[in-house]
Amino acid sequence: MEDTVLNPTSSPQSSNRRAVRFDDAQIIIGLEVHVQLDTDSKLFCGCSTRFGEAANSQTCVVCTGMPGALPVINQRALELSIRAGLSLNCQIARSTKWDRKNYFYPDLPKGYQISQFDQPICGPGHLDIETSDATGQARRIRIERAHLEEDAGKSIHDESSRRQDSKIDLNRTGTPLLEIVTQPDIRTAAEAKAFLSELKLILNYIDVSDCNMQQGNLRCDANVNLHIPLGDEQIATPIVEIKNLNSFRAVERSITHEAQRQFEAWQEHGLTIADAPKQTRGWNDHTQTTTLQREKEDSADYRYFPDPDLIAVKIEESQIQEIESQLEQLPADLRKLLAEQYNLKSADASVIVSQGRGVVDYFLKVADGCEDSKIANNWIGQEVLRQLNESNQTIEQYPVSPQQFTDLLKLVIAGTLDQTRGKEVLNAMVADCISPEEAVQQLGIKPVDNNELVSLCEKLIDENQDVVEQIQSGNGKAIGMLIGKARKINPNANPGLVKAMLSKMISA
Amino acid sequence: MTLSALNADVIVDQLNAGEVTATDCVQHFLDRIQIHNAELNAFIRVSESALEQAEAIDQRRKSGESLGSLAGLPIAIKDGICVSGQPTTAGSKMLENFSPPYDATIVERLKSADAIIIGKTNMDEFAMGSSTENSFFGPTNNPWATNRVPGGSSGGSAACVAARLAPVAIGSDTGGSIRQPASFCGITGLKPTYGRVSRYGLIAFASSLDQIGPMTRTAKESALLMSVIAGFDPRDSTSSKEQVSDFLTGLETPLAGLRIGVCRDHLNEGLDVEVKTKINDAISVFKQLGANIEEIELPQTKSAIAAYYIIAPCEASSNLARYDGVRYTFRAQANDLEEMYRNTRGQGFGDEVKQRIMLGTYALSSGYYEAYYLKASKVRRMIKQDYDEAFKKVDLILGPTTPTPAFKLGQHTQDPLAMYLADIYTVSANLAGIPAISVPVEPSSTGLPIGLQLQGRAFEENTLLRAAHQFQNETLWHTASPSEPWRTQS
Repeated sequence: MEDTVLNPTSSPQSSNRRAVRFDDAQIIIGLEVHVQLDTDSKLFCGCSTRFGEAANSQTCVVCTGMPGALPVINQRALELSIRAGLSLNCQIARSTKWDRKNYFYPDLPKGYQISQFDQPICGPGHLDIETSDATGQARRIRIERAHLEEDAGKSIHDESSRRQDSKIDLNRTGTPLLEIVTQPDIRTAAEAKAFLSELKLILNYIDVSDCNMQQGNLRCDANVNLHIPLGDEQIATPIVEIKNLNSFRAVERSITHEAQRQFEAWQEHGLTIADAPKQTRGWNDHTQTTTLQREKEDSADYRYFPDPDLIAVKIEESQIQEIESQLEQLPADLRKLLAEQYNLKSADASVIVSQGRGVVDYFLKVADGCEDSKIANNWIGQEVLRQLNESNQTIEQYPVSPQQFTDLLKLVIAGTLDQTRGKEVLNAMVADCISPEEAVQQLGIKPVDNNELVSLCEKLIDENQDVVEQIQSGNGKAIGMLIGKARKINPNANPGLVKAMLSKMISA
Repeated sequence: MTLSALNADVIVDQLNAGEVTATDCVQHFLDRIQIHNAELNAFIRVSESALEQAEAIDQRRKSGESLGSLAGLPIAIKDGICVSGQPTTAGSKMLENFSPPYDATIVERLKSADAIIIGKTNMDEFAMGSSTENSFFGPTNNPWATNRVPGGSSGGSAACVAARLAPVAIGSDTGGSIRQPASFCGITGLKPTYGRVSRYGLIAFASSLDQIGPMTRTAKESALLMSVIAGFDPRDSTSSKEQVSDFLTGLETPLAGLRIGVCRDHLNEGLDVEVKTKINDAISVFKQLGANIEEIELPQTKSAIAAYYIIAPCEASSNLARYDGVRYTFRAQANDLEEMYRNTRGQGFGDEVKQRIMLGTYALSSGYYEAYYLKASKVRRMIKQDYDEAFKKVDLILGPTTPTPAFKLGQHTQDPLAMYLADIYTVSANLAGIPAISVPVEPSSTGLPIGLQLQGRAFEENTLLRAAHQFQNETLWHTASPSEPWRTQS
């Protein structure tokens, strides 16, 4: 049973609904994001949180829910949560407590999840996202709350075997998750993606989470419905929670799909938020559709109550201040810095910042060292990022130090190396892990004196009269052929100087 | 005197002096268990390695090694407390074949004091009960009258100490589970302040109420055990960092000037006449010892049973969710997951446990949470305030431990309310988190033990132990033993 038809499709209301266009509908989106915190050990025991180890090898009596075992809070997880909360402009609770969320599931060893119900560690906050709309203004997405909880284990269903074995891996059980819940402030699928990208970037910058979606370190559910103008009324469609979103692309596409689906369903049967309970639908990456998982009356009864095994956590103002004082600049601050103090275009600043703190630091060192942020941006934004991408390296693994890169750019700025030779030098530096000076030497680069340049140009003119004639008859571009030939004869010849000298000689 | 007639502190002295070997000591109690346990069913299991451990201690002593403070002393442990590698069942079919891979903190501490765990004692399933009749392993009989209950849930620990099958034992107390069986079996039982003794490794019934404590013949023995088991444990977040003094020092400090409060309401309605008389006699003894008796009021304690039977089942319903057949428990046959859950829990838990899980699940359900759990929590705070007020005026509060002496087996099994009222005087201390001790007073005319309860301020176990010790210096009731062979009593 997919949907219940209440209003016959031929009713007058139906024809009114048919008159509404999809573009008139407003999409209302709220996100629930689960982020795995980068702690060495689990939330309530000392087990490692390493990913990809042998099944059930990272477990102990606490995280397997043995009788008599008791949880003890991981202080690091609290710190990281506070750090994340501060970065999302959240109010940090001065007192926060733990609650049990009770439900039965084979990969939930205690029969309850330790979570936070009514006193989350992070209260209201907000995150501003860049949008690509015409106004170009940042959009403020309000954060409702962020709370800490423990992850469940993993069920592995082997349906191929005849016995239809199900197996449980409890390695993930008890790893700390921060669940960040937004207000329904997001209006487009692209905004949802932008929100997630910015959130991921921030959490990366502050070392709270690597947000690796493949490893499940960032999981997202989207709550979606439509507000549709109908006459003087505003109709809200039933809210759907989309689960199983394993990539930003899936988030974007599923929302686009779901909005369209809801619109068509509404046109079909006219059900509104008042008529239907909240649904859970799963995103199917193969069919690119959402399918009904379950309908729930408001929410399942998890029988939340305070966990008597844990005491409330008091957070001192001084502790919050200390964490705040250790916070480095956030991506938005750095974009502003690059744009305003380093004169980068905002798109260029975004590219650098989106690469992470390491690339920004690299850029700042090089730009400060060579005192030309435009050139630094051109070279890092293009050459370095391309090379990192090709070699699948991080900036920390890049063989050229910021100082060496600065030295290289100084040679370019001084005109000692032209762009092309500069890139050759860079390639040699990367390939052989050598300094620019060594690379220059290795490539046999040396200055060409004026006499040499004159005789080179004379030779080119003598031997290429046809090209010279083309140039004289107004085809200025043909000079490029001569410059190319010049570089073949002497790679050290500066193309700019060659061009200037040739032009002078030909027009003389 | 035979070993079983000696107090633990004396046994330890004799072991240290080389007057008796640990091996002989352990063998003596193993023999007694061998003879008497069939009739009493106090032990679910005897430790197979106890003799070996005793021999090892004798060896170490011979070679001049320094030994722990309880070296060679046999001790019985309630079966709801985890001992690594030994079956630990909590009296349930659900855990019939469960051997924990770790020691409870108190077990670790007893082992490092070189005490010898001689066996695991019977209990009401998951500590839910006041008679030890709710054990999957059958009821324990009271050695004073084998047709009567030993109390519960730590009935096995109480019975084995009363019958001298072990010199001392460890129990746990959620609403009276140490004190009520101590009272029924004529021994001394201390429920420490909540947080005083680590709960790590205690199979949880109701986490905010559970507390482990000693069950011994004398207050002095309880002090001896407390000195080993009490203290902060980083593995239990609710364990207190409050400093632990040596519980043995100060026991002899006279009681002159000690203010003892008596709540008249607790000496009237519903109280057995003989119990009332014996408690009043005991009050006279404390007066002779120089204590000032003052009347106090604890108006909210009348709601204690009601609050307790909301809070404890609520926590239990969640604590027992882990017994689902997926991991270490009993698992029933089934065709699918839901059926497996249903059958496992349907067949693995006894009736009382199921009743309390249902009670707790109901009370935590959406729409009922405020009316039940939250309201009970409020009552709990008010009870604590009552005590705070009372302890401004007095140092201890004195009263009966239970309204009646031990009742007969099967007497209350069809009447849960009557059973629950056996805890009427004891649950308040758990709700308030304060320490309380039960000590024997003069038995009933038919020879059934009667217990006196002293309650004290949080972390003032010393005062409780001191008062109990002085009382025991003055009286002989704690030295009485049930006569062998055990008798019944109509």
